[in-house]
Amino acid sequence: MNGNIAIDVRGMTKRFGEHTVVNGIDLQMRSGEVCGFLGPNGSGKTTFIRMLCGLLAADAGEGTCLGFDVIRESEAIKRHIGYMTQRFSFYEDLSIVENLDFVARMYDVNNRRQAVQDSIERLGLAARQKQLAGELSGGWKQRLALAACLIHNPRLLLLDEPTAGVDPKARRDFWEQIHELAGQGLTFLITTHYMDEAERCDRLAYLSYGNLLTHGTAAEVIAGAGLTTWSVSGSELAELALQLRGIPGVNQAVAFGARLHVSGTSQHLLEQAIAPFRTEQHTWQQVNPGLEDVFIHLMGTSQDNYTL
Amino acid sequence: MKQRPPLSFARFWAIVLKEFVQMRRDRLTFGMIIGIPVVQLMLFGYAINGDPKHLPTAVLMADSSQYSRSLLSALKNSDYFRFVRRLNSENEAEKALARGDVQFVVTIPVDFSRKLLRGEKPTILVEADATDPSATGNAIASLRTAINSGLQNDFKGPLAFLAGSDAAVNLRVHARYNPEGISQFNIVPGLMGVVLTMTMVMITGLAITRERERGTMENLLSMPTRPLEVLLGKILPYIFVGYIQVGLILIAARFLFHVPMAGSIPLLLLTSLIFIAANLAMGITFSTLAKNQLQAVQMTFFFFLPSLLLSGFMFPFRGMPEWAQVIGEILPLTHFLRIVRGILLKGNGFSEVMLQLWQIVLFAAIVLTIGVKRYRKTLD
Repeated sequence: MNGNIAIDVRGMTKRFGEHTVVNGIDLQMRSGEVCGFLGPNGSGKTTFIRMLCGLLAADAGEGTCLGFDVIRESEAIKRHIGYMTQRFSFYEDLSIVENLDFVARMYDVNNRRQAVQDSIERLGLAARQKQLAGELSGGWKQRLALAACLIHNPRLLLLDEPTAGVDPKARRDFWEQIHELAGQGLTFLITTHYMDEAERCDRLAYLSYGNLLTHGTAAEVIAGAGLTTWSVSGSELAELALQLRGIPGVNQAVAFGARLHVSGTSQHLLEQAIAPFRTEQHTWQQVNPGLEDVFIHLMGTSQDNYTL
Repeated sequence: MKQRPPLSFARFWAIVLKEFVQMRRDRLTFGMIIGIPVVQLMLFGYAINGDPKHLPTAVLMADSSQYSRSLLSALKNSDYFRFVRRLNSENEAEKALARGDVQFVVTIPVDFSRKLLRGEKPTILVEADATDPSATGNAIASLRTAINSGLQNDFKGPLAFLAGSDAAVNLRVHARYNPEGISQFNIVPGLMGVVLTMTMVMITGLAITRERERGTMENLLSMPTRPLEVLLGKILPYIFVGYIQVGLILIAARFLFHVPMAGSIPLLLLTSLIFIAANLAMGITFSTLAKNQLQAVQMTFFFFLPSLLLSGFMFPFRGMPEWAQVIGEILPLTHFLRIVRGILLKGNGFSEVMLQLWQIVLFAAIVLTIGVKRYRKTLD
């Protein structure tokens, strides 16, 4: 039994009727790691997280979460994890301090008052503690939710799109805080759609239609995709993209700001394909594929099981 | 400038179609729209009867002559009285009325036939449980005619001198518990039960659906709580609210309507607790079944309507057909009405109250069990 393993699950599966929403996912995480959970909407990220914290009963699968059996000991797991839902799920008609106090009571926190005050101060909510949660802006709501998730000193935090709808400054602060907490040994599983956030994770897992497509560090994920990418600048890039798409060897031609990224899985085929387009009109340059290139590629190759 | 037409048919029609689609998606609401009129038809059309007949009657018969028997069969033939029991003492009569087992007790005195034969006008005593004046009014009104016409057949030969006379028998009617037949005395205490049923079921019906609708349920479920903690925790505050209502109605009953308070108020408060708990359990269970707050309100209405109509609050319980009485007996309000009226008007004590109370307890236990089972610890 390795004390450093936070999550070790195999074959986690969830079906809703005919649909297999999560299809036999294996995931291992060490304590103190920040794992980014990526994938398109409806890929099963939330469902997987809900199974980990016992909110949904898994149809198949086994393993441990924080050393507890993930199927049978969900009560014990609940005590040691913090789960931040996608949608703000604290009481909008309670004030900040009332919400925190409620959560602290739910988890039987020792020295409750002190714990609530500490968490308010740590998050810089002191001036607003009497304010109703419903009156807070998105950024402050997110801070409150994080504070509430941390109040019982959990060992694992499951954050479901914590930064959706949060401004860039607040997002930056949020991630700094996460790395600080991870440094103290807290483990994070965070779903996100933002590439800059994905790059700040120690490990990434990419889900698509219930399947875990890739799993590893950012470098491993990029390498694993085996993409060759050319970056094009110049005029009428949209026109160029249209022409390139569909040519054998070109897997994708995607706009990146003012540039076009053209990628393919075979370097040889891609070079053949783009050769006729390398004219004076555009500047072509081979670049290292980034995470976004890889994720767009992954999205394109996986099949939507809802359309099957 | 061109005037915009006041109504675009296409847009108006788009709204109409959208409403129909949404109506079709919400099956429960649609079911209620169809179901409630059906229930109302059944209840108002078949169950409710303002002229209750075949009321259970006990007889204390100290004289078993041919004349006594004629008298009883005359009452029976009036269709208002149904003899269910033979009593042996005044004490038993008292008890049967207090417990509500019978609506009437007819007492035929020892010397009934002797006095009758001598033309001395024996006295027949009819005691009525008049807590609900509308349940007994018509029966009492029919008494005199029924008795007179029933005895006519016996007034032959030597007794022919009694025939035709109205006054062969003295009739004494005791309208017990509410001698003046003041309907407020019946309605105001009953209202306590009605108000509690309405508000308690509704408030708690919303309690869990609200959490689900606002998304806070997901958070609550991710915390280490047990269903019983959540359900009981949600019930307790509303028990307090229920007591405020009970207090208000009792004060109004005492000082505005001058309802007699013959029995023990602490006993009433104690039984109210159980009644409140039963309604809260019902509400909580609804809220585990309903998908949203609207459905919870509809379920409340579906429960409230029969409670109001079949409990004996608005219409005499004994005027209803068998099937309606069976449904009525299940509802906690029916038993609570008997308890409240019993305590306040009849001065009933613990033993009479218990006869009704255990049925409320049973109801609460069953409903709460369903609620705990239905309360989803997981989201699927």
